[in-house]
Amino acid sequence: MDYFDIFIGILGSAVRLSIPLLFTALAGLFSERAGIFDIGLEGKMLVSAFASACAAYWTGNAWLGLAAGILVAIAFSFIHGFASITNRGNQIVSGVALNFVAAGLTIVLGQAWFGQGGRTAQVPGSGRFAPIILPGTDAIRDVPILGPLYANVISGNNILTYIAFLMVPISWWVLYRTRFGLRLRAVGENPGAVDTAGISVSWLRYRALIVTGFLAGFAGTYLAIAQSAAFINNMSAGKGYIALAALIFAKWKPVPVMLACLLFGFLDAFANFMQGKSLPLIGEVPVQIFQALPYILTCVLLAGFIGIARPPKAGGVPYTKER
Amino acid sequence: MSLDLPKEIEPAIELVGIDKKFGAVHANKNINLTVAKGSIHGVIGENGAGKSTLMSILYGFYHADQGEIRISGKPIVIRDSQAAIAAGIGMVHQHFMLVENFTVLENVMLGAEGGQLLRKGVASARKELKRLEDDYGLEVDPDAVVEELPVGSQQRVEILKALYRGAEILILDEPTGVLTPAEADHLFKVLRVLRDQGKTIILITHKLREIMAITDTVSVMRRGEMVATRKTSETTVEELAELMVGRRVLLHVEKGDANPGRVLLSVRNLTVRDARGVTMVDDVSFDVRAGEIVGIAGVAGNGQSELLEAIAGIRKPYSGEIFIDGKPVAGIDPAGLRDLGLAHIPEDRHHMGLVLKFEEYENSILGYHRDQRYGRGVMLDLDAMRKDAEEKIAKYDIRPPNPRLKTANFSGGNQQKIVVAREIERDPNVLIIGQPTRGVDIGAIEFIHKRIIDMRDAGKAVLLVSVELDEIRSLSDRILVMFAGKVVGEKTGDAGEQTLGLMMAGIAA
Repeated sequence: MDYFDIFIGILGSAVRLSIPLLFTALAGLFSERAGIFDIGLEGKMLVSAFASACAAYWTGNAWLGLAAGILVAIAFSFIHGFASITNRGNQIVSGVALNFVAAGLTIVLGQAWFGQGGRTAQVPGSGRFAPIILPGTDAIRDVPILGPLYANVISGNNILTYIAFLMVPISWWVLYRTRFGLRLRAVGENPGAVDTAGISVSWLRYRALIVTGFLAGFAGTYLAIAQSAAFINNMSAGKGYIALAALIFAKWKPVPVMLACLLFGFLDAFANFMQGKSLPLIGEVPVQIFQALPYILTCVLLAGFIGIARPPKAGGVPYTKER
Repeated sequence: MSLDLPKEIEPAIELVGIDKKFGAVHANKNINLTVAKGSIHGVIGENGAGKSTLMSILYGFYHADQGEIRISGKPIVIRDSQAAIAAGIGMVHQHFMLVENFTVLENVMLGAEGGQLLRKGVASARKELKRLEDDYGLEVDPDAVVEELPVGSQQRVEILKALYRGAEILILDEPTGVLTPAEADHLFKVLRVLRDQGKTIILITHKLREIMAITDTVSVMRRGEMVATRKTSETTVEELAELMVGRRVLLHVEKGDANPGRVLLSVRNLTVRDARGVTMVDDVSFDVRAGEIVGIAGVAGNGQSELLEAIAGIRKPYSGEIFIDGKPVAGIDPAGLRDLGLAHIPEDRHHMGLVLKFEEYENSILGYHRDQRYGRGVMLDLDAMRKDAEEKIAKYDIRPPNPRLKTANFSGGNQQKIVVAREIERDPNVLIIGQPTRGVDIGAIEFIHKRIIDMRDAGKAVLLVSVELDEIRSLSDRILVMFAGKVVGEKTGDAGEQTLGLMMAGIAA
């Protein structure tokens, strides 16, 4: 294998690894731009992975799996909303609590239903999202550079991957070109302005959380029945937090979110590739360094080295009318 | 207590028997108010008199327990802000309800977008803004980002928002608090134009001068009641003040000539930068002598706060020197400065002056808690603290006179008195004060002003920072004007308001 093939291989794996991040970061984008911090993205991803694996196993239909994943993630969003919007609880506490609930509940239910130590049963082929070979792959396979790139990076992904990238312009359009988006961005900056304009702050934030649940549902589904064929204990493995880091890294904007997720996905793929290999002069580099890079980059950014990341001003603050 | 209106003038708003309680607090007691169409009506009263509650009821933020609201003679129920907007009521809030990183256009459209997609609404909003600009002289660039606009323009955006929604009745809550005198004049001009074109304006304020300058009629509120309504042309500042407070008040501070002695506080070439590295105080030098009050005038945000904080030892100066009684003190922490005879009444009592969750007696010694009088070693002597607090309560007439009450439960004026008592009773040589009477009622203002003059007459050096030009002018022996971090000029205490106003706007030195 020459270096180019290796590079293409890493790139393809980077795209696959960045998809759950992308869905989740876009999910977080909607709730955080509406002023609701959502540290519970991790938990939403996990429960939706579990739900989609179960539904896909029982029905043998991947789309029903997706629907189940989305519904459960939205349900979790509602709990977060009930605690932090309706009852004005602390958003971080509510999110962390939901993460714990997700981690515990999936194992307990998984054990009760499948008896495989928290795993779900293997989902049959029809219940999974299979890779799609785009037309023309064979025709241009032998074209230098473009051919392998098309065959291994652009083609050969499952439908959710393409949906993820489609969600980027759609999110941008919703946020910046629709009434809902204008109001959503406003409520994350100054809910008082929204309230005095005669718009319900609570309902607007609930709707933002529904979108969050919807997108997080895709992320979990991708993990369970597109990337793998079953739910495994704690299969989100901190991706929700990395997505949150990507969101901050991208300064809460849709297109930079995509780029940040691709970067973090690439780091992840590179870390996998480097496992057990040694670099000239340096020797074997611990994989953990690459795994820590997204967090380190985000810290560097937050410390203000790469411009100022200005979060939505009303983020994390429950809205109460004066007095 | 409505005013007898000539028959041909129809009322725009009538409030009949409005009553509102928040728990034990009776915020509005049986309020009756009639405002004629096409007039400017002032509502005046001290903080906590119930003005804001009443207007919030009118704007649908709260619901009255009893009473009726009529718009143009028709009774209506205002369930929420949407209903108020639909009834033609617009509100300009004291703290602007703007999304700061939105453009003017986006702010104006918010809540009245004209469809699910923005594109169509943007075009019509742009056209409508142009029309409003032409009709009322409300010029502001629709594509400017709000946070980059000066405060006066931001306020115009708020007015535009209301007019864009078709407001016929405009409520302005303390609109001039954040404006320069020139901006306030411009606002009044706009309000007159609006009135002449048939809009009805309700102006809520605690500034008597504004009432006299712009309103046609005025209502006075006191402790939740509407105590009087007058034609502005038939009343006087003195009468209104008395109605507000319920007793005669001295509006003008009486003070003798200053008797300046040696320099007690000296600032030399002081430069202060904020966390972002922006220069907030730029090469400022001045002296304050024993027995004089030096006032620093300026529109909020021109470096006064940073100057005060640097002198108080809270903010490290970037360069320059500060001397107290000849001793260089830059870099000494606030506790060290207190030992050197400096006392600081901070601008913001809630964030810097008090811990609102503490009981009164705890706040009354805060910062002096290491003092031998209040304890020994690591132990506090609670009895001594409480006794000390009781003495201050009696001397400063702090109400309710209960040192065990949580500080948050005192009114703004009494909270400020707690801070003032704490700092003045230490008998400092140098007293620096920020916004001594912000959010304080007239009765307490009079009291605090007197204490400040007493300090001067006792031979102390007083540095006073206030955005209330009236306050600066009536207390100061010398006035320094700050603009964009620099002292742009010095005037004597009797300088004219217009001269100072121009200097504050950076126009003349």
